[in-house]
Amino acid sequence: MSILVNGDSRILVQGVTGREGSFHAARCMEYGANVVAGVTPGRGGSLFNDTVPVFNSVEQAVGETGANVSLLFVPAPFAQDAMLEAAEAGVELIVCIAEGVPVLDTARTLRYLEGRGSRLLGPNCPGLISPGSRCKVGIMPGAIHMSGRVGVVSRSGTLTYEAVSQLTALGLGQSTCVGIGGDPLIGTNFVDVLAMFNDDPETDLVVLIGEIGGSMEQEAAQYIKESFGKPIVSFIAGATAPPGKRMGHAGAIITGADAAAEAKNRALRDAGAAVVPSPALIGATVAEAMSGAS
Amino acid sequence: MPPGRVAATPAEAEVICRDLGGRAVVKAQVYAGGRGKAGGVKLVDSPQEAREFAASLLGGRLVTVQTGPEGAPVRRLLVEEPADVSGEMYLAVTVDRASGGPMFIASASGGVEIEEVAATRPESIINEGVDVAVGFQPFQARRVGRGLGLEGKQLGAAARIMTSIYTLFMEKDLTLVEINPLVVSGDGGLVAVDAKIDLEDDALFRHPELAAMGDPEQESPLEVEASKAGISYVKLGGSVGCLVNGAGLAMATMDLVQGAGRLPANFLDVGGSADEGKVARAVNIMLADPSVKSILVNIFGGILRSDIVARGILAAYGEKGAGVPLMVRMQGTNVEEGREILAGSGLDVAFASTLLEVEEKLKALPR
Repeated sequence: MSILVNGDSRILVQGVTGREGSFHAARCMEYGANVVAGVTPGRGGSLFNDTVPVFNSVEQAVGETGANVSLLFVPAPFAQDAMLEAAEAGVELIVCIAEGVPVLDTARTLRYLEGRGSRLLGPNCPGLISPGSRCKVGIMPGAIHMSGRVGVVSRSGTLTYEAVSQLTALGLGQSTCVGIGGDPLIGTNFVDVLAMFNDDPETDLVVLIGEIGGSMEQEAAQYIKESFGKPIVSFIAGATAPPGKRMGHAGAIITGADAAAEAKNRALRDAGAAVVPSPALIGATVAEAMSGAS
Repeated sequence: MPPGRVAATPAEAEVICRDLGGRAVVKAQVYAGGRGKAGGVKLVDSPQEAREFAASLLGGRLVTVQTGPEGAPVRRLLVEEPADVSGEMYLAVTVDRASGGPMFIASASGGVEIEEVAATRPESIINEGVDVAVGFQPFQARRVGRGLGLEGKQLGAAARIMTSIYTLFMEKDLTLVEINPLVVSGDGGLVAVDAKIDLEDDALFRHPELAAMGDPEQESPLEVEASKAGISYVKLGGSVGCLVNGAGLAMATMDLVQGAGRLPANFLDVGGSADEGKVARAVNIMLADPSVKSILVNIFGGILRSDIVARGILAAYGEKGAGVPLMVRMQGTNVEEGREILAGSGLDVAFASTLLEVEEKLKALPR
């Protein structure tokens, strides 16, 4: 089993005919993901990669193909519209890759999603992958992953790839790897994903990769303390970042005491997480925690 | 707002002060808060004093807690009538990460940084979240106003100010509108003595008129150069230049450098869709920083190919890079080809495959 996606996921790609959309949709299909539809307004009726039907609207795509997961490659200025269109059509999981979505657009989107059956992952995220079911819904390199029992949840993209490649090199496969995104407002947070991993019988341990900014890691620590029943290994990026400066990600800025890496590490350590001291030791710390747990 | 005008020269400051009746508050105009404590704001009692204070600030750099050690250049001053005040309040609207929408923050203990209020008098802070579906409501404004201890006409005036700044916040896609302090003046009215707004870079495409108002001199030249190239760059204090793809990995790389007993010269995320030219510009930016004594390249390629990174580095290094040793760690597509390009170039280059190796080899780099 895995969380959020599995072999039965029926994926549609919004913006499938664009440069990034077509490149990554093809990589997802090569990996084994079941891409059933594409959507590009005005390009309905054509075929993507000679096999995948392209529709003019998400509503049509869902009606014709039963798609239940949408992967968005829509540029940031148009992301709000695309996310709302997917939610309105009843897509269960909406994965927004775009970086640079205006924060108030995300605020309006989150408000619209309340009380509906749709979950948003991102914006500004690499997506998610479940190696065991060969389901890749995102832009991560598929080849670095292997099937296994470690869950990964992260605010970062390439740092997650780094962590995953350390795990794979040590023979530690992954159940599901979820990139929740580097924006200040995001649809799915650490606690949401941890709760799913907690209920997933095929996940034995979770790696949590956070970074400076906000207090989501502290909320995760609180949840871990109260309700999480599996070992946790955590790494927080940005211990050397100066306060008040935005470090690339819109959400990575130290404002206030909770936002610093040290405060986050302290909260996670207090909650019982194995806090990784150096980004070079993520895999080694997991190996150690796994051997201690068994 | 109190009456006042902007001065670009000491003589202008003197004239404005005289026009205001001989007493004024002179405030440095920079892209940062914390000016009062840094000596960038002064109450002057004569036009002559306004002129002297202006001369001491203009053309120099002001270092505040928010500018970093290099400070921000002072090109303009605001000269305004001193407010006759009783009680300073704080009022702001910002984006709240926890609730996922706009949030008003207010306190009757204004006049200092809000972080300081949060640390010393947290009970005085009022939070009022806004539902973006319906917007900020009058009853919420009255609740915040009452929380500030306001009544009658002042409560009405405060509610109008809150409604206005919420409208401004939403219409201009801001991430912060802050009035600090908001004061009750001698005649019982409310006066916004100082204010600050934060624009959202990601929303500037909707507001070209705001984008055009930017003053590039308020930012470091290398940061301006990087932003033009679509590179995310922040100058730091150390000597190891870091070129990385992805913000999280870039921060982790800085942490790794520090863990190895060196200090990073910069944060630099070259982005996922970089090409040879962009990598070259990133390297050029680092080579233009005199504090950079070595360069560490850490690329985890999915989309970004290692051979392209290698060609970009070579293009920038040319002769300029002589004497700046290079350490390269690349993972992903075409790694061997990338290594061969650099190894055959005659540059002083060391290779690493894993972060553990990077950490080890960092210790050999010059301080």
